[in-house]
Amino acid sequence: MNAQFSSEQEKLLHDIGVLSFVVIELSLYLDTHPTDQNAMKYFNHYNNLANQARQEYSARYTPLTLSCADASACDDWKWALAPMPWEGGCN
Amino acid sequence: MWNYERRLEFPVNIKEANADIAQAIISQYGGPDGEMGASMRYLSQRYACPYREVSAVLTDIGTEELAHLEMVAAIVHQLTKNLSMEQIEASGFRNYYVDHTVGIWPQAAGGVPFNACEFQSKGDIITDLMEDMAADETFTHTQSKLPVDYNWRQICPMYFIIIAPHFNIIN
Repeated sequence: MNAQFSSEQEKLLHDIGVLSFVVIELSLYLDTHPTDQNAMKYFNHYNNLANQARQEYSARYTPLTLSCADASACDDWKWALAPMPWEGGCN
Repeated sequence: MWNYERRLEFPVNIKEANADIAQAIISQYGGPDGEMGASMRYLSQRYACPYREVSAVLTDIGTEELAHLEMVAAIVHQLTKNLSMEQIEASGFRNYYVDHTVGIWPQAAGGVPFNACEFQSKGDIITDLMEDMAADETFTHTQSKLPVDYNWRQICPMYFIIIAPHFNIIN
């Protein structure tokens, strides 16, 4: 897919999607190959990148998970006020 | 327990509303081979499974199916949210609209409500895994029967994940 982004936020969310997809697929493989050291290294690498990207997105824009939500950082509860992920398209 | 991640597993940005497609896609939500049945199948089968690795796979795949369920709902929602009454009345979506307006409700394309009889959890891991493999094939088959005469690429970039792999056409 040729990815073209209208904003930095959109690009970062795309990267999180890509990294998370790798992490999910690796975790499914590891479930049935739980002693594969190479796969575990691979998992750790991408899982760290995905976690960093998720933290960065949540700090710069709106929290992706409750564990990334920092209620001290702003005046309102962004977890509730941010757009829901299905809101795009057909506007 | 579960944690919600406030994003779709793959972005959904439908370009043009289309009630007829929504009427077909809703089957992937609550139809006999839809994501609701898929997620409940794996998440129900895992308890009686005697192998920890297999329980882990059933848990993780069942969880991912919930993410697919959310993507399918997003597709139907975007396809229908801004329809005019004229578009609804002229389409196959009119009967759904009578019962649910543009709310998301788990049913098959033909209107049959979601039913737990659409999957099995037998307490025998070989039986359950055979059922899982059969379900995977029926799911693929259903996707291949979605209407082909639409410009899916225009309508939905997710085409590449949910539809294109099951046709021999990638245009």
